[in-house]
Amino acid sequence: MGTVAVEKELHPATWRDGKRYAWLLGLVVPLLPFIAWGYVQLTGLGVFWWFGPILVFGIFSLLDVIVGTDAENPPDSIIKWLEQDRYYRWCTYAFIPIQYAGLVFACWLWAYGDLSTVDKVGLAFTMAMVSGIAINTAHELGHKRASLERWLSKVALAQSGYGHFFIEHNRGHHVRVATPEDPASARLGESFWAFLPRTAWGSLRSSWDLESERLARTGSRPWTIKNDILNAWAMTLTLYVVLIALFGWVVLPYLLIQSVAGASLLEVVNYLEHYGLLRHRREDGRYELTRPEHSWNSNNVASNVLLYHLQRHSDHHANPTRRYQALRHMDDAPQLPTGYAGMIVLAVVPPVWRRVMDRRLLDHYGGDVTRANIQPRARRRVLKRYGAGAAA
Amino acid sequence: MARYHCPVCEYTYDEAEGNSREGFPPGTPWSEVPDGWACPDCGVRDKVDFEPVEG
Repeated sequence: MGTVAVEKELHPATWRDGKRYAWLLGLVVPLLPFIAWGYVQLTGLGVFWWFGPILVFGIFSLLDVIVGTDAENPPDSIIKWLEQDRYYRWCTYAFIPIQYAGLVFACWLWAYGDLSTVDKVGLAFTMAMVSGIAINTAHELGHKRASLERWLSKVALAQSGYGHFFIEHNRGHHVRVATPEDPASARLGESFWAFLPRTAWGSLRSSWDLESERLARTGSRPWTIKNDILNAWAMTLTLYVVLIALFGWVVLPYLLIQSVAGASLLEVVNYLEHYGLLRHRREDGRYELTRPEHSWNSNNVASNVLLYHLQRHSDHHANPTRRYQALRHMDDAPQLPTGYAGMIVLAVVPPVWRRVMDRRLLDHYGGDVTRANIQPRARRRVLKRYGAGAAA
Repeated sequence: MARYHCPVCEYTYDEAEGNSREGFPPGTPWSEVPDGWACPDCGVRDKVDFEPVEG
């Protein structure tokens, strides 16, 4: 019972983390190809090759509604204690070996599994869920100071080929969040389908500029292996070359599908995290500090457990290096009507998204639409639709 | 040699150590770090927000 005694000493309050063991549920994601295969074996139904999207969009949307929300916060006094508990770190580290075992298994299935083309495409979309949510795991690891965690972050990104995210997110998005300059902050009047190419291209360009700037300060040109974008992409290239060498060219189209769809999954999450929210410029020309009101939050337990508390997004932006288990719900942050899983489903259908979210955004700004981050192209249309009452 | 810390996270810029990855070799005075330089760990605050570390 020695460890219990030590724990009590370190942790004098009797607070217990209700989600402690729930975090292991996150490992369901890298296990998806194995689970999909298992269900197909059990039932003989090819539809289970699509188990990834079924789980993320279908089952988790429902679970968010059924399980509901949890606004409990760890007391401030134990946040440091909670962060140093290494158990939580291992939950994220364990994601990565399973992720790559699953990718090799998927390639084997694409090459030798005797699947129909539809089944193979289904498996590719299942792998896209792994790829996209691995970007979330990489996100948690990439914000940490330890070089091991930063390296693991890059490894987790290799499957999707989204290595530049690690640069752009930390040094670009976090600096410019909820401003018109941030490619990854969505604007009122901008559909997800308009946002997707803007964020994909804008984030890529911005990450390249940031990394070139850093390298220029060190006296280096951008085309060097020290460039963290290039060495992250080199990891992806090596990975794909090895997989093609092992399993043949047949795997390439499916690798590309899972990469593009996986990155799109990350971007749809970006879309809903800051939709329409705007930081104002102060008199000195700088933007006001990022506050809880500049991110959409959700306390739906199921999606929160799946995504390492990513939905407690305001605290993440206030304290980006804080570990996921210690992120807090904030009362003054705007709340989404449901968890990310369900919100993604709404986001891909723009009329439904507008119907659900525009009203909430307007309420958040006390009916004054001009306080929102408005898509410049759609400004007239947006003001016409929402502006009349506010202007008066 | 002075030290300056980010008001949000645990990052501290130590002039003696500099930050080679960011292009500031050891001994780079704080005054030579550009104003627009954001905290390399959290990205929430810029150089101008950093506070001197006493002692």
